[in-house]
Amino acid sequence: MATFEESGSEIVSDAEPKLLSIKNIASTAGKILRARLPWAPIIIMAVVVICAIFAPLLAPHDPTDIDIGVRKLAPGENWSYPLGTDRLGRDMLSRLIYGARTSAFISLVALGAGAVVGTTVGLVSGYAGKWTDTILMRITDAAMGFPTILAAMIIVTILGAGIANIILAIAVTVWARFARMIRGEVLQVRNRDFVLAARITGVSPVMIIWRHIFPNVINTLLIILTLLVGQTILLEASLSFLGLGLAPGASAWGLMVAEGRDYLISMWWLSLLPGLVITMVVMAFNFFGDWLRDTLDPKLRRSI
Amino acid sequence: MAKIDRSGEPLLSVQDLRTYFYTRSGVVKAVDGISFDLHPGETLGIVGESGSGKSMTAWSILGLVPQPAGKIVGGKIFFKGQDLLEASPSEMRQIRGSGISMVMQDPLTSLNPVFTIGSQVIESLRMENKGPAAKLREMAAALLAKVSIPSPETRLHAYPHEMSGGMRQRVVGAIAISRSPSVLIADEPTTSLDATVQLQYLKLLKEIQETTGAAIIFITHDLGIVANMCDRVGVMYAGKFVEQADVLPLFDNPSHPYTQALMRSVPDLEVDVAHLPSIEGQPPSLDDLPPGCAFAPRCEHAFDKCDTYPDTFTIAEGHTSNCWRHSGDYSVAD
Repeated sequence: MATFEESGSEIVSDAEPKLLSIKNIASTAGKILRARLPWAPIIIMAVVVICAIFAPLLAPHDPTDIDIGVRKLAPGENWSYPLGTDRLGRDMLSRLIYGARTSAFISLVALGAGAVVGTTVGLVSGYAGKWTDTILMRITDAAMGFPTILAAMIIVTILGAGIANIILAIAVTVWARFARMIRGEVLQVRNRDFVLAARITGVSPVMIIWRHIFPNVINTLLIILTLLVGQTILLEASLSFLGLGLAPGASAWGLMVAEGRDYLISMWWLSLLPGLVITMVVMAFNFFGDWLRDTLDPKLRRSI
Repeated sequence: MAKIDRSGEPLLSVQDLRTYFYTRSGVVKAVDGISFDLHPGETLGIVGESGSGKSMTAWSILGLVPQPAGKIVGGKIFFKGQDLLEASPSEMRQIRGSGISMVMQDPLTSLNPVFTIGSQVIESLRMENKGPAAKLREMAAALLAKVSIPSPETRLHAYPHEMSGGMRQRVVGAIAISRSPSVLIADEPTTSLDATVQLQYLKLLKEIQETTGAAIIFITHDLGIVANMCDRVGVMYAGKFVEQADVLPLFDNPSHPYTQALMRSVPDLEVDVAHLPSIEGQPPSLDDLPPGCAFAPRCEHAFDKCDTYPDTFTIAEGHTSNCWRHSGDYSVAD
């Protein structure tokens, strides 16, 4: 009966072309909600993105504002500081919101750089084959085998601390993941008939890679990208936790966990809250990446 | 069928071409000493079973032998006097498409699924024609019209999956002739098409040949198509031509036992048979060929001399066959 009414109402709404009727909005919203999307990860990701973009508008306090009068407040103790304050009286909530900005910025730039370099290497390596492939893949293996933390320590020691160097450290190792996966995809696409057909027509290798192969590996690229966002955020947090990069006092989740380490018993919220945020965000990106992978390319299910 | 002028310099001359594959199980001689001349406007049919090296002959001419296993180990390929085996990669790219082009077997996979028909036709056109996008679109539409695609203007915006197999193969044909190549290789272009569409496509190829004067190398296993399409035929078995002749002499007087067996296995609509004759046995594995004639193990006429590879015997002017039966040594005793 219910289904009958539903289809009936759709016919009615089709008949009247009023786009903004309440019924229409409700039915569209219903359709979106009924679609099998991973809602929890999407909402968490959206919150992170919104916090990152609108941090100054959303944060109730300046995250660097030191106020001895309100120091060491536990969450809920004073509703002007809902998530409490640290031992210098800085608002935890504001610091977490600004932390989203730091994480988002670092992950975005590092991943972007890694994706550009890695995809290029993967495309060239997979298409060219022979010794080009051998050399590029050995370099990739080396980059993959090199621990990111060690790379970061070397870079920070040589170039000094700072956001740019954290980004560099992450990008230097993360590109290899892209290169590997993209190369694998290219090996499949390059033997498809339309690539052969393009070669028969005399299309140059650069154009074949750009026009015929790249568009056919974008799915994979998107999947790797989302799956790596979580890992990159985790990496950035680890680097901040180890003090390799951001200056103390900056609002970064990893750094906040590190700062609270000495007060785990007396002020549990200092480490626990940013730790929880990191866990949730990383899980959200991983789950979303998994879902995207299953949706776009079920073949890949076991290979990442 | 128009008479082909064979007095002049051949357009494409393949001499003793050998393409081998080096695999773990040994050397596979996919093409083993193929020679032929192709004159302007001529259609050469290469007939043979699957795996006889027909397609690899085509890939060798285009310089696209699958890497790294495959290698052209011997022979010469002259196109308009230039040796293609000596040409640089960029010279070869120039020749592919504008000098020699090819239509592949499967229209369903030879178009890129993510681009429109128009952009794929234009991609080929753009390599030779500079000019505004609108002009190239016009040329592309004209090309589609040339291969009898209805309403070409709108079809330019269609994606491959929106068209039928026959239409797609026409698009592939349009791309192949977009830069008026003088040699068109058609590698079983109709195998994956419906029987009714096949005929249309073959007619189209003939029309294209008449208007452009291109020479065609027609690779097929269908003797019926050969009879209708080709001027000259090479019958290929295990990487070698076993018989070469003009199309009429070949059908009048098939001389090699393999050709004869092939002809017998073509169904005749006039005669009722319980079983269609087939050739006993399997084509030999190319990495383990018998020392003599490769067809001998399946041949009803095989005799002791077949352990060495037969010489080329001339049956008539322009008609050769590689079989010891044509020597005086063959006795009909058995």
